[in-house]
Amino acid sequence: MKNCEYQQIDPQALPTPTPTPQPHHGNDTEKKKEPRRPRRKWEVFPGKNRFYCDGRIIVARQSGVLPLTLGLILVTSGLFFIFDCPFLVKHLTSCIPVIGGVLFVFVLITLLQTSFTDPGILPRATPDEAADIEKQIDNTGNTSYRPPPRTKEVLINQQVVKLKYCFTCKMFRPPRTSHCSLCDNCVERFDHHCPWVGNCVGKRNYRFFYTFIVSLSFLTAFIFGCVTTHLALRAQGGKGLVFALQESPGSAVELVICFFSVWSILGLSGFHTYLVASNLTTNEDIKGSWSGKSGEDVTNPYSHKNIFINCCSVLCAPMPPSLIDRRGFLPADESAQTGSADIELPTLAAKSEINVCTQGTKGLLESAALSPLLSTSCPQGKPQNAHSCPETSPALNSDPTSEFSKGCRGNHTSSSHGDTSRPRHTKARSKKCRREALHIPNPAFDVPVSPTSPDAAPDSKARSHKGGSLTPLH
Amino acid sequence: THTYPLTHTRRTRYYINPYCITLSLCELRHSASLANKVFIQRDYSEGTTCKFQTKFPSELESRIERTLFEDTVKTLNNYYAEAEKIGGQSYLEGCLACATAYLIFLCMETRYEKVLKKIAKYIQEQNEKIYAPRGLLITDPIERGMRVIEISIYEDRGSSGSSSGSSSVSGSTAR
Repeated sequence: MKNCEYQQIDPQALPTPTPTPQPHHGNDTEKKKEPRRPRRKWEVFPGKNRFYCDGRIIVARQSGVLPLTLGLILVTSGLFFIFDCPFLVKHLTSCIPVIGGVLFVFVLITLLQTSFTDPGILPRATPDEAADIEKQIDNTGNTSYRPPPRTKEVLINQQVVKLKYCFTCKMFRPPRTSHCSLCDNCVERFDHHCPWVGNCVGKRNYRFFYTFIVSLSFLTAFIFGCVTTHLALRAQGGKGLVFALQESPGSAVELVICFFSVWSILGLSGFHTYLVASNLTTNEDIKGSWSGKSGEDVTNPYSHKNIFINCCSVLCAPMPPSLIDRRGFLPADESAQTGSADIELPTLAAKSEINVCTQGTKGLLESAALSPLLSTSCPQGKPQNAHSCPETSPALNSDPTSEFSKGCRGNHTSSSHGDTSRPRHTKARSKKCRREALHIPNPAFDVPVSPTSPDAAPDSKARSHKGGSLTPLH
Repeated sequence: THTYPLTHTRRTRYYINPYCITLSLCELRHSASLANKVFIQRDYSEGTTCKFQTKFPSELESRIERTLFEDTVKTLNNYYAEAEKIGGQSYLEGCLACATAYLIFLCMETRYEKVLKKIAKYIQEQNEKIYAPRGLLITDPIERGMRVIEISIYEDRGSSGSSSGSSSVSGSTAR
């Protein structure tokens, strides 16, 4: 087999004259002679994510309360090591800081991995694919004025499952995939969007999330026990609790934090252990997809009917790869044009949430095929979108908000699934959820205003992190 | 079917599958134009494991034999099943990974990635031996988010509108 090296196209050798005089390099990784540097795919990513370290780290646009989570863990553990450990080492055993240290490191690492890992985002369909799907739908001869919800039924292990069509990503969602409106991405095996870690929890980072909450519940319980022992030992001999607290004020803070969080975290761990054992996601559990509420005889088609096998398939399965190639380079000639085209595409995609029109995609595809520059195709595509049908907008707007409320309810019910969740703690959580709810309608309608900001923000942040030496996280 | 005229900047080579760069494919792209694309969808009958439908699409009927196509798809399905298999070895790997707080994922190449490399090589080989001579090109599903197998159908440049059968692709006119 001969080896083919892409040769630079000689414009004079081609039969058709070229509209642009730019030379083209076949090798993507070569630095272009033009002033524009080769762009990586994360820079034109259409979802609401932020990227750091040149695409190695991915987080949701709103970091939620991740700083608060980190702060609480660091403060509590720090106080533990400073105030309680010296006393306990002297009076009990020196294993205590060792165990505490191991748990603390475990918690921190799994938290960061949960937050910075791609949860299983599905890349959006290419225009060709979208046109192919829409062609099939039109051929069924549906001529009603209001297009019905596009669902497709498949049979999975003798169970009928409905696959919904995602208008944003322009594809039929695979089973167990859900579209997160906060991140504006379809995520595989979508569990919920967790504001505490500032990221969606899906197929790829569910094991990190589960390990995080289990180790956090161990850490919290451990610190709680140690602090109680410490205060009890100090208060011995009739000295009293107040005296003990005065001697070690840090312990008071730890006691309060641990006391209020241990119940909800233990409850959450128990809930997720149940989900893992029955191979369910929070999303499915809340919707009651497999519990037979609707009266039909439905069973979970994904369960292996064996607790051990279910646990292993969820936690010990081979790690799937990231489907969004964040650090890959855009093809050389498209990076100059795709930049503008992909900035247009999110606007179109977002507009499709409000005005859905099948002709928009077809027009885009045809004009992309016929015109040499992708950027010029978009103005042709856009006017067709402008004439689009608004009748699906109410149906569509309910979709993203319902997705969000599922994620939010996930946090509510997961904490209420615990044995006794402190009312104050759930109130704090519900306040945060309501605050998120107030933010949600704005991004959906803010889109036409700032199409370039998602690109600008990661760019500036990436440049500031170029010197970073963080290890790559998948 | 759309016949896309051959334009310079929209060179078909930029539908790059980076793993299939050989001379026969260069010839294909230089002398032929992209006519159509066929998408092989996922088969979910066994759950969420990666598996593609083996139904033979009608657009390929005049281009390639049914058995060759089905062999390709079945081999790909077997590769994916091997990558996602849960068994004794994957349990051990999972437990070990958990014990190290999953830090080994940063250092080691996972089993899935190793199989993906094998798949890429297989697809390149299939393209070179079977599909490119018939004017077809398979795109690795990983490039499309594992949703579809995209098969591009090329036509000889100069034949407008009609799809030529198993025409030999000659690169002499392009050079």
